[in-house]
Amino acid sequence: MNKNKYSVRIKTLIIAVLVSLTMPATAAVESTDPIKLTLHDWTGQYLTTNIMGEVLKKAGYNIQYVQADYIAQFAGLESGDLHIAMEMWETTGKQAMDASLATGKTVDLGETGMDAKEEWWYPMYMKERCPGLPDWKALNKCAEAFATAETSPKGRYLGGPVTWAGFDDERVEALGLDYEVVHAGTDAALFAELESAIQREAPVLLWIYAPHWAVAKYDGEWVEFPEYTDACYEDPSWGMNKTMAYDCGKPFGWIKKVGWKDGEKKWPGAYKAVRNFHIDNEAMSQMIVEVDLEGKSVDATVARWMSENESTWMAWIK
Amino acid sequence: MSSAALLEIIPLRLRSNPWISLWLAVFAGTIILMLAKEAVPLAFKYPSAWKLPLDVWISSFMKWLINDLDFGLFTFKEFTRAMAWLVEQPYLLVKSLLSTGFLKGTGSYAVQVFPRVSWVALIAGLMLLAHYIKDWKLSALVGACFLYLVVFGQWDSAMVTLSSIVIAVPIGIVGGLLMGIVGYRSPRFRVVLMPTLDLMQTVPVFAYLVPILLLFGFSAVSAMIATIIYALPPMVRVTLLALDQVSVEVVEAGSMAGCSPRQSMMKVLLPSARHSLMVGVNQVVMLSLNMVIIASMIGAGGLGHDVLSALRRLKIGEGIEAGVAITLLAIALDRLSQAYANRSEPLHAVGQQSIWARHPYSLTFAGIVGLTWFLGIYFPVLDTYPESWQITTGSFWDDLVRYININYFDVLEGFKNFLLLNIMIPFKRFLLALPWISVVAVVGLGGWQLGGKRLGLLTASLATFMAVVGLWAKAMVTLYLCGMAVIIACLIGIPIGILAARHDRFHGFVSVAIDTLQTLPSFVYLMPVVMLFRVGDFAAMLAVIAYAVTPIIRYTDHGIRQIAPHLIEASQQAGCTRNQVLTKVQLPLALPHIMLGINQTIMMALSMLVITALVGTRELGQEVYIALTKADTGRGIVAGVCVAFIAIIADRMINAWASRRKRELGLD
Repeated sequence: MNKNKYSVRIKTLIIAVLVSLTMPATAAVESTDPIKLTLHDWTGQYLTTNIMGEVLKKAGYNIQYVQADYIAQFAGLESGDLHIAMEMWETTGKQAMDASLATGKTVDLGETGMDAKEEWWYPMYMKERCPGLPDWKALNKCAEAFATAETSPKGRYLGGPVTWAGFDDERVEALGLDYEVVHAGTDAALFAELESAIQREAPVLLWIYAPHWAVAKYDGEWVEFPEYTDACYEDPSWGMNKTMAYDCGKPFGWIKKVGWKDGEKKWPGAYKAVRNFHIDNEAMSQMIVEVDLEGKSVDATVARWMSENESTWMAWIK
Repeated sequence: MSSAALLEIIPLRLRSNPWISLWLAVFAGTIILMLAKEAVPLAFKYPSAWKLPLDVWISSFMKWLINDLDFGLFTFKEFTRAMAWLVEQPYLLVKSLLSTGFLKGTGSYAVQVFPRVSWVALIAGLMLLAHYIKDWKLSALVGACFLYLVVFGQWDSAMVTLSSIVIAVPIGIVGGLLMGIVGYRSPRFRVVLMPTLDLMQTVPVFAYLVPILLLFGFSAVSAMIATIIYALPPMVRVTLLALDQVSVEVVEAGSMAGCSPRQSMMKVLLPSARHSLMVGVNQVVMLSLNMVIIASMIGAGGLGHDVLSALRRLKIGEGIEAGVAITLLAIALDRLSQAYANRSEPLHAVGQQSIWARHPYSLTFAGIVGLTWFLGIYFPVLDTYPESWQITTGSFWDDLVRYININYFDVLEGFKNFLLLNIMIPFKRFLLALPWISVVAVVGLGGWQLGGKRLGLLTASLATFMAVVGLWAKAMVTLYLCGMAVIIACLIGIPIGILAARHDRFHGFVSVAIDTLQTLPSFVYLMPVVMLFRVGDFAAMLAVIAYAVTPIIRYTDHGIRQIAPHLIEASQQAGCTRNQVLTKVQLPLALPHIMLGINQTIMMALSMLVITALVGTRELGQEVYIALTKADTGRGIVAGVCVAFIAIIADRMINAWASRRKRELGLD
């Protein structure tokens, strides 16, 4: 990569004037202004964004990556400071996304093809200490096994950040679980605790989402709750607890792309490609493992995917 | 005649009697309330029907500000965008110079037309600069700091961070100095200034992040503006304190010599206060670098982003390396700026000399830049340090944490449980069980006793505000978390500060240690702490202490050191032992500084709430964080203002106590 940069530099020194007069491969695209794709802070999103960016570059578009907060980015998407966000999870970002779409300044660019899975999770060694798992009814019998000094005799369940509404407090009440919900403020803190517990083979029961490296790295299982339906969350009379909602597991959810609305007029071709973007959980998980566990760079992983799936992404920009 | 006026007449000693009865009344009232809990639910839980919808009002005001406010020729948003553009220009210049090189075109179309300054040239230049303004020792220190960046592969990110710091810090220093000077000159401005500073320092950044992003756009500029808002207040405070402390004789000598007000400021006041002012410069540098993590969340990138993404993957070692890079950057910049300010006036050369003799440093630097740039074309090593030469200690740190975790977890757990079950949780329950009316009464009465009727009224109404906006319980949890942290920080910090003031070598060690604590992003040690202590209040409190202990050490140390030597000598001649000198002379005289230190410790503890929210505490910081993720401007600002009000109550009461104490000691 370095060599390439230097050859570019020498060239530019010699033919700087020529370069300034011509622009590379711009004939095909509607606007040469940079399309700004937002980057957040988890690997999967880096991968989807970089794949999209590289594909759009192949189509001749001008691409710029901008670091932005997952939720705070909506302010930028609405004002046109930012243009495309590649991953908005139903499980965590739906509320902010709906609020933003309601302003009429952003546009839903469809699903990515990946499914967000999130549920209570435990490492495999806990199954020996609590044989009834993964059925959720075993949880109460093993509350002591999952307890700590602060929560005893109740078990301790480490929930996701409060901001990623998971209704765990409600679930515990509705299903009559003898557990105390402790919220991790960030997923970094969440996985720090998981790593710590696994190193010591200590009891731990926590919220995990996928696609994520943790599911690939650690051996464990999801707890099986009564299956989610919309009615379970909305209708108290649904399910085993007739007076309360949330007496079931968590929903699977889509992961969607969102964009600045007026961008569709500016770069119709690029927006079409973003709408066409599609990748499945399996391919994504494999790439996440390559980056987070095998230590490959995001660029190298994206390049590998691009070369192996040329027909796939060529179809997006047709 | 009012009771307060009556109290003024009664001698100090006798005055305590009415207070005792008042306090007893509040105490008895609280007991009665708690016994008759069912009878007066109002006193415990502020009715939600009476809640003031301030958050809704603020949100709609912001909406109006951003979408509708129009000055005729331009809208408010266009105005703020223009300001952002102004700040962006020097930033882009520095960034091109240090990081990206000079580009033609934008985005992925950009083509480099001129390379950035190579790492060899930049390090050489900084070392020359350090040698020029001080000596080879500083030069070696600066060189070593930057060499770390190269060798550990942090260079590219560090240059992005450095670009924004190089712009934000001078704005912070000059802005702070100017505000301080105006505050010194105009008491009326000062009255407005002080609470504004409190707000700037304590309203968590997340609270105003959304409005800043809307007004200034999604770019590094917004991050810089947030950084400046956060880093500037200590400079203003220190400027005010330093100018106040310049002795009247010096100022009078100036005016007798015929100084205009301007000359008096530039030639007399500021030079006399120079050493104290440097504490402020240090703080601006440190706090700016402390904001690097938060800034990276809104588009600043650089080292902060590296720390965050490393920790999300639980690569603790990588996180530490990037965190240390931030610290070293801070230390190098701080030492350079300190040396620059303490530099003696350069001797002016007389007569004609060759250009080489007049500008040896600049010419050497220009030579190196030119040479490395030219050679860099043929030897890429000079421009970009090869990846294969980089080293990393990442796995060492991961293994260390793992080792401690596996072998010492139970010991640590026992210690934690003891503190948590016996002290922290009972304290928290106690605070939450108190009727809010009683707390308001205590705060109001305390304010009244310490600083008079007006202060009492202020503290009571600020406390009431928290109940009125419906955030009482969260405010109490905040009080509990920060209160515990501040008490422990003072217990640790004051003795260390005293020791540092008495032993020069220890002083040197301590200043490096606290610079590290203050700039090493707390996120870096927060994750190992979570691994060892689990998510929760205890981990959060440790992080708050680690960060908030620095000002109390610094100010105690500085306060004792700045005491005039003749006072110490006089007391020694009067036969004081070393301990007596400390307790009877040094500590009382250093009290104003120590109190400022405690004040700053409280501010820092409250400002850490942003970070503690990230490990799942349930206080006002979390409320702000939730508001951010819901992009709810009003909710965030209301919670943020509550944090600030806690700070203001603490600040005013401490100051009132300190100034009364000073009067009693005859220090005024």
